[in-house]
Amino acid sequence: MFRLGKTTLVAATVLAMASPVAAQETVKMGALATLEGAFTVLGEDSMRGVYMALEEFNYTAGGKKIELITGSSDASPDSAIRATRKLVEQDGVQVMVGPLSGSEGLAVKDYAKTQPNVTFLNGSSAAQDTTLRDPADNFFRFGTEGAQWMAGLGEYVYKEKGYRKLAVLAEDYSFPYTQVFGFLEPFCRLGGKAPADARFWVPIGNKDYSSVIAALPDDVDAIYVALGGADAVNFLTQYEQTGGELPLIGGSITVDQTVLGSKGRTRDFVVGTPSAGPISDTWDDSRWAGFVAAYKKQFPDGFPSPSLFAHAYYVNTKAALLALDTVDGNLSDGGKAYRAALAALEFETPTGMVKLDERRNAVADIFLTEVAEGPDGNLLNKTIKVIPQVSQTLGLSYDEFLKYGAVSRENPVCE
Amino acid sequence: MDARQLFSGNSLLSELRPGPLVAVAFLLAYPAFASDFFIFQIGAYSLILGTIALSLTMLAGYGGMVSLAQLTVAGLAGYLVAILGDNSVGVMGLGWPWWLTVPVAILGAALFSVFVGAISVRTEGIYTIMITLAIAVAFFYFVRQNYVIFNGFTGFAGVEPPAIFGLYWRDPAPFYYLTLALSGGFFLAVLYASRSTFGLSLQAIRDNPRRMRALGYDVTLHRIVAYFLSGLIAGTAGVLLVWFNGRISPGSVGIDVAIDILVIAVVGGMRHPVGPFIGAIAFVLLENFAIDLIDRERFNTVIGLAFLLVVLFSPDGLLGIWNRLRDKLRLGRNARQDARRGEGGERQPAESLEQT
Amino acid sequence: MGDSGAGGMRQFVERHTFWAIIILLAAAVLLWMIFAVWPEWLISAIGRKKTFVNTLLNGVTLGGLYFLVASGFTLVFGLMRNVNLAHGSLYLLGAYIGYEVAEASGNWFLGLAVAFLAMAASGVLMQVLIFRRMEGDDLRQTLVTIAISIIAADLMLAVWTGTTYQFAPPEWLFGATTLPIVSVVKASGDPVFIKYPIYRLTVLGVALTVGIGLWLFLNRTKIGMMIRAGVNDRQMLSASGVNVQLLFALVFAIGAGLAGFAGVVGGTALSIAPGEDIRYLLASLIVVIVGGLGSVTGAAIGALLIGLAEQFGLAYFPTYGVVLTFLIMVVVLAVRPQGLMGEG
Repeated sequence: MFRLGKTTLVAATVLAMASPVAAQETVKMGALATLEGAFTVLGEDSMRGVYMALEEFNYTAGGKKIELITGSSDASPDSAIRATRKLVEQDGVQVMVGPLSGSEGLAVKDYAKTQPNVTFLNGSSAAQDTTLRDPADNFFRFGTEGAQWMAGLGEYVYKEKGYRKLAVLAEDYSFPYTQVFGFLEPFCRLGGKAPADARFWVPIGNKDYSSVIAALPDDVDAIYVALGGADAVNFLTQYEQTGGELPLIGGSITVDQTVLGSKGRTRDFVVGTPSAGPISDTWDDSRWAGFVAAYKKQFPDGFPSPSLFAHAYYVNTKAALLALDTVDGNLSDGGKAYRAALAALEFETPTGMVKLDERRNAVADIFLTEVAEGPDGNLLNKTIKVIPQVSQTLGLSYDEFLKYGAVSRENPVCE
Repeated sequence: MDARQLFSGNSLLSELRPGPLVAVAFLLAYPAFASDFFIFQIGAYSLILGTIALSLTMLAGYGGMVSLAQLTVAGLAGYLVAILGDNSVGVMGLGWPWWLTVPVAILGAALFSVFVGAISVRTEGIYTIMITLAIAVAFFYFVRQNYVIFNGFTGFAGVEPPAIFGLYWRDPAPFYYLTLALSGGFFLAVLYASRSTFGLSLQAIRDNPRRMRALGYDVTLHRIVAYFLSGLIAGTAGVLLVWFNGRISPGSVGIDVAIDILVIAVVGGMRHPVGPFIGAIAFVLLENFAIDLIDRERFNTVIGLAFLLVVLFSPDGLLGIWNRLRDKLRLGRNARQDARRGEGGERQPAESLEQT
Repeated sequence: MGDSGAGGMRQFVERHTFWAIIILLAAAVLLWMIFAVWPEWLISAIGRKKTFVNTLLNGVTLGGLYFLVASGFTLVFGLMRNVNLAHGSLYLLGAYIGYEVAEASGNWFLGLAVAFLAMAASGVLMQVLIFRRMEGDDLRQTLVTIAISIIAADLMLAVWTGTTYQFAPPEWLFGATTLPIVSVVKASGDPVFIKYPIYRLTVLGVALTVGIGLWLFLNRTKIGMMIRAGVNDRQMLSASGVNVQLLFALVFAIGAGLAGFAGVVGGTALSIAPGEDIRYLLASLIVVIVGGLGSVTGAAIGALLIGLAEQFGLAYFPTYGVVLTFLIMVVVLAVRPQGLMGEG
């Protein structure tokens, strides 16, 4: 087995040697995304974000050539760890970007602790505890997470829409818990209600929502829906089919482009559904417009507009490169100075300024959006307002915020 | 799968041909020249997967019961280690000492295996694969939905092997030797058991359960015992697996991984306990390095094709291909020698050549 | 199989009078629960009538869909002892192909027909090219079907990506209809009727039609009788001079075609996405394990049971609802290993 491994190694080395720059003049960067399984499409868009940032720097930062090595997971934490370990221990990358999903992020954070000389930057994973509780010193997240993404939405529906009592329909795992928490916490602080018997947690991957729809209470003002991808498409169709009439409020991936643009019926009745997230397709700003134009130019076969995955990977990769510039590509001290530079980094992204808090999680702008009909009849998200500089503790102090406890089905109580 | 010619009466000793000796020496010396990554993620991981697949080979190859729940059994042991011992998630983690946690976890897994067996042995053979598939998926759903005991979708992290003899057992070399010792032990045990009275009656039951029942054998009991033993093997491998990953979550016991175990066992070859390990090494190398050579995107197609080709053309797996190649080479050499000695020299059967 | 219609019913009543009475009583209670306006105590005990009736209908219609998928699976097994674990792949591939045809032609029914024919053809190909070569080796056949399902899933992902597809059925099939069932009577005295999606009722109708069609085919045609004879005794069949290979190919075509057909029907009710292959494979497995391998009647009963369990689980205790169906399977296996209608 060793011999076979060696052969592969030699092959990999030969490929690496093909570049004219000598080994010590390069910095090896690893990028991990889901390039297999059902999330392949998202993983591919993530990689586009990485390529965009590298292209922008012409594959050079701090005077060194950047050599990119990609890794793939199937969205399970186990496979994310194995792929990361291969990149770090076998390929010898000094800077890691990734992974894509929440539970993978938690696993990679744990692994990062065992590799203190390697610097890890998050991809698009959005679990709270990747940085909130028990963070790793060498793990940085320049993107925001699931609870931050909901900033402003709870207040908006309470004050502007006048909703007082809500039903909640969400997938039964940590990411929706985080979103529900981020949404309900301000909503309930204002006096809104979302009692436990009006919260419906459906298993991820459930396709048939008809019975859940039948069980939804009538005496609520709206339904907060945190479902993603195929689950969201199914729910929306079936809700329309059964003649559902309550207004909806969307999680960050419930009414995004992948859902609105899915093949089949256009769901006109979702027009007016408010939602919030880290990007807004239609933000009227030159930074975002420039990013979209660059994306379209570099990837004519990509999505019509970069997804939040491409955006998150782009921002994190760009941060990695900017900090490399700051330390002149010097990682000889095991990356200590490099990580100090990352922690102090503050820069302009396509979605506004981003900086890190003391646990190395991003403080960034969040976009409040509403589904609207576009000029050619397609559905898109219109930007209602930008919530500036949202912190992970949602404006509270760290200790105060921790009192809420970990996200779960019952957090916050909200009765 | 017919495996009647599996062991043509060789004793364990006759296995001590130069080939196996070289293999043993290589496995023992491996950490001396391999990198940490190759020791841990290639070496130890192959051995763990191989051991889980070995538990399937034992059931399927000797007992004719193809169970897709072997990973589930291993996963339960892993979960028990995280639940009864320590984890960093703050759910369960009863903090039992390792010498209590580990045996209880393995025994628990073996008893679960007996439960799986008890449900499926009452039906005809082909049901087994369907029932165990359903059980594997049910377990996956259950741990994903249950937060009180199994911590749901998130699962457990921070599961550490114990520190015994002042060694950190997840360091590559100690962990490698630990898995090597255990998997090697199980390998020999299965090899021995396959020639014991129990093993032989199990194989006879596989080939003709009705006759064995008529002869007065307790067919059900034999099968249940086989499930228990394979549960011990899978459970131990499960403990190693959770130490290897340091974590366990529903994804660790997902249906795709369960099918990977079947692929490993079948591709390796079910006629000899070394098969699953060969399959595991091939699988792990492919899993790690396919991305450097081909597009990772179609990894599953490659795995599926390999599986299909083996099932179609070499039902006894890579091991069978290797054996046939070797026999052919030897026969060829033999034939050439015969030709030199003049026509008509009686050709020796390949089997006896193996001893020379 | 071995369905015996009304005569069987009379026999059942004579043999198991006690159970017959229980079943009748249960049916009466159920009818009352569907048509009566619920009193307060019942609502406070198990919730609103709307939820209950809707869930019941959902369970029955989902059962209809499961029957469409599982009947092909059980038919193939019954005759050929072939556990086709690629049955889910046929479902998904049929759905995708049906979608492409329906999109290109703008005709949903054409998509349905092509899905059936394309999958029937693949079924015949699989039987002729692969399974025929390993007849009698159940295990190897099953392993081959697993390999096919792994490859098929990955290739379908390559072609159709992870995007969710939804059919656009004819307009008159979309939307909800009002059922003659009162859910509550408003304070003003006006009754509120229950609304239900038309398409779902159509699924149920299609499943009933297919079920009756299969029954007639198996019991009233010569080929059907040969198939039933083959299920009971395969040696006899080949000895009687019937072209067994042709029969096998035909049954495989029907079984696989039904999977593709169900793909379009089910894909329209819900949606098409990667992973649906495993979902429907599992549903078929559990349905036939519960109903009894090889029995079409068993598949109908099993499908109804599993459909109801899944929907009531989802509506009343969603956390463990998914596990409920497996629990049913384990209980059935413990009490009657050969399944409810299985022989043995």
